[in-house]
Amino acid sequence: MCIFMQSLSTFEPSLALVSDPSAAAHWRARRDRFDDAAASERIDLLAATSASVRATVLRTISTAGLGHVGGDLSVADILTTLFDGVLRIDPLQPGWAARDRFILSKGHCAAALYSTLAECGFFDAARLAHFAAPLSPLNGHPNRRKVPGVETNTGPLGHGLPVAVGCATAAQLAKQDWRTFVVLGDGELQEGSNWEAAMYASHRRLSSLTAVIDRNRLQQGAGTADTNELEPLADKWRAFGWEVLTVDGHAHGELLDAFTSPRTNRPRVVIANTIKGKGVSFMENGVEWHHKVPSAAQVEAALKELGQA
Amino acid sequence: MSKEETSTGGFDCRQAFADELAAMARADARIVAVCNDSVGSSNLVAFRKEFPERVINVGIAEQNMVGVAAGLANGGYLPFVCAASPFLTGRALEQIKADVVYSDFPVILCGMSPGMAYGELGPTHHSIEDLAWMRAIDDLPVIVPADPDETRSVMRCVAASGRPAFVRIGRFKVPAVTPEGQGFALGRAATLRSGRDVTLIAIGTMVSRALDAAKLLSAHGIEARVINAASVKPLDVAAVLAAARETGRIVTVEEGIVHGGLGSAVAEVVVQNHPVPMRILGVPGFAPTGTTQFLLEHFGLTASGIAAAAQALVSGKMDA
Repeated sequence: MCIFMQSLSTFEPSLALVSDPSAAAHWRARRDRFDDAAASERIDLLAATSASVRATVLRTISTAGLGHVGGDLSVADILTTLFDGVLRIDPLQPGWAARDRFILSKGHCAAALYSTLAECGFFDAARLAHFAAPLSPLNGHPNRRKVPGVETNTGPLGHGLPVAVGCATAAQLAKQDWRTFVVLGDGELQEGSNWEAAMYASHRRLSSLTAVIDRNRLQQGAGTADTNELEPLADKWRAFGWEVLTVDGHAHGELLDAFTSPRTNRPRVVIANTIKGKGVSFMENGVEWHHKVPSAAQVEAALKELGQA
Repeated sequence: MSKEETSTGGFDCRQAFADELAAMARADARIVAVCNDSVGSSNLVAFRKEFPERVINVGIAEQNMVGVAAGLANGGYLPFVCAASPFLTGRALEQIKADVVYSDFPVILCGMSPGMAYGELGPTHHSIEDLAWMRAIDDLPVIVPADPDETRSVMRCVAASGRPAFVRIGRFKVPAVTPEGQGFALGRAATLRSGRDVTLIAIGTMVSRALDAAKLLSAHGIEARVINAASVKPLDVAAVLAAARETGRIVTVEEGIVHGGLGSAVAEVVVQNHPVPMRILGVPGFAPTGTTQFLLEHFGLTASGIAAAAQALVSGKMDA
């Protein structure tokens, strides 16, 4: 792809990124087409963007020589569905006060977030070639001071949900209709801060808040069930007063419905059953692909599987 | 006036804090108070009565408290997080670092009842580490007002800054020490007494005691400069270096551990620019139980204790 051919000499490493009007216009056209499309066509549109995001993730990680490819691929369909089909955002105005808030609590999957943000025009996709490079604004974990579209700095786990609860509380206090979405890894639910936040979100009846669990069942070194069992997970959230929906986290239609269906007066959690490494056969469900970097040949094979070679 | 009278009289800064917060909230709809079951201990009962929806009480959950404050700031609010300083700074340290400072949200972290305010409750409730912990986080301002007037000035300053800040709000009663109309500015210290023999640099509850120590020293022919360094970070480097050059000796005084707080901040400037003999007065480590008044006397954080340290420094007896 041409985006990785740009000369490094034009690169101002320490500056914050800015929106890319051309890419934002493409995103706007895609979003308009989505809004006008029938349900089946909508799913095709989202699937096409997901494949593109996955390919960009693979290229980005390959160029950088580091990243968290397994989780990036498991969360890709969730991100695409939100940014191309759900979130009320304007990539040309990342600070728009009435925007929906999106927080990636599993900040180590920054490459997936960056690839998605670039697809929307929050910044020029050519900059992905500098992911995690020295002095790059595209740090290994997202930094809102450098990257438009990032709402809060994540990385240490268990931070996204409390901040999202604060965002949703702000909308509730100000009687604004913008919504808050936060994506958490499943292993991350072992952090106690999530349950402090879950309790309070329910107490405040934060019905504009949606938490999405990327339930790929693997954490860094092993399965969640072999490390610190999360099940019965849906029961835990129900006990904390949340509305619980369980979906196939790679089925765009199920995700769309879960993110947009009519609300109760409760915060909603969407347990999205996913496959770590989804879309690349030799990575799927492989615990070693948490942060292993694919070789050039493996990237080529992966892109072929994704139809993005 | 004896040192005992100055130590026990005066004002609880929490009242000025609560009054000012309510006054600012009347004029600025963005201001909210975020707390951890600490409405009473932060003196927010009247605030809650006036602004019931603008007290966000998350219960006993400090990590969530600071994360929620960051989210409120993301949503356009100006949160004042009001919680006992040991739990705010200790339990939620990573949230302060990542969610507030690194994310650069305008969240005002108010460490209530710091130092040895909860003397009888023991080291779990003493907040002597807070200054060191907060100083270590990037450019987070660390401010310790010395009396009610300065508390009000500090709150107006940090609210207008659009940046995060840590403010230590004392519970132990202090006399007024701020000259009328002095105000507060980040990075600016106030010289409350002139002198050329030694400089006493103090913060918070220790400022009035340093002033009393200067009187005791004067009776012995030693004229001490007294500086209120409420802006521990950024520190008034010019005032510290002037003290080093012009008085040749510096004693720092804080109600906190002697590692990483005011004394360390002053020493970092002094040793790299104009080394002079120093003494760092504070708490050496975990403290025993006792009233605040008892503990301050136990550690020599009194007018006579400060004066003795200064006198020894002036006479060259470094081990006094």
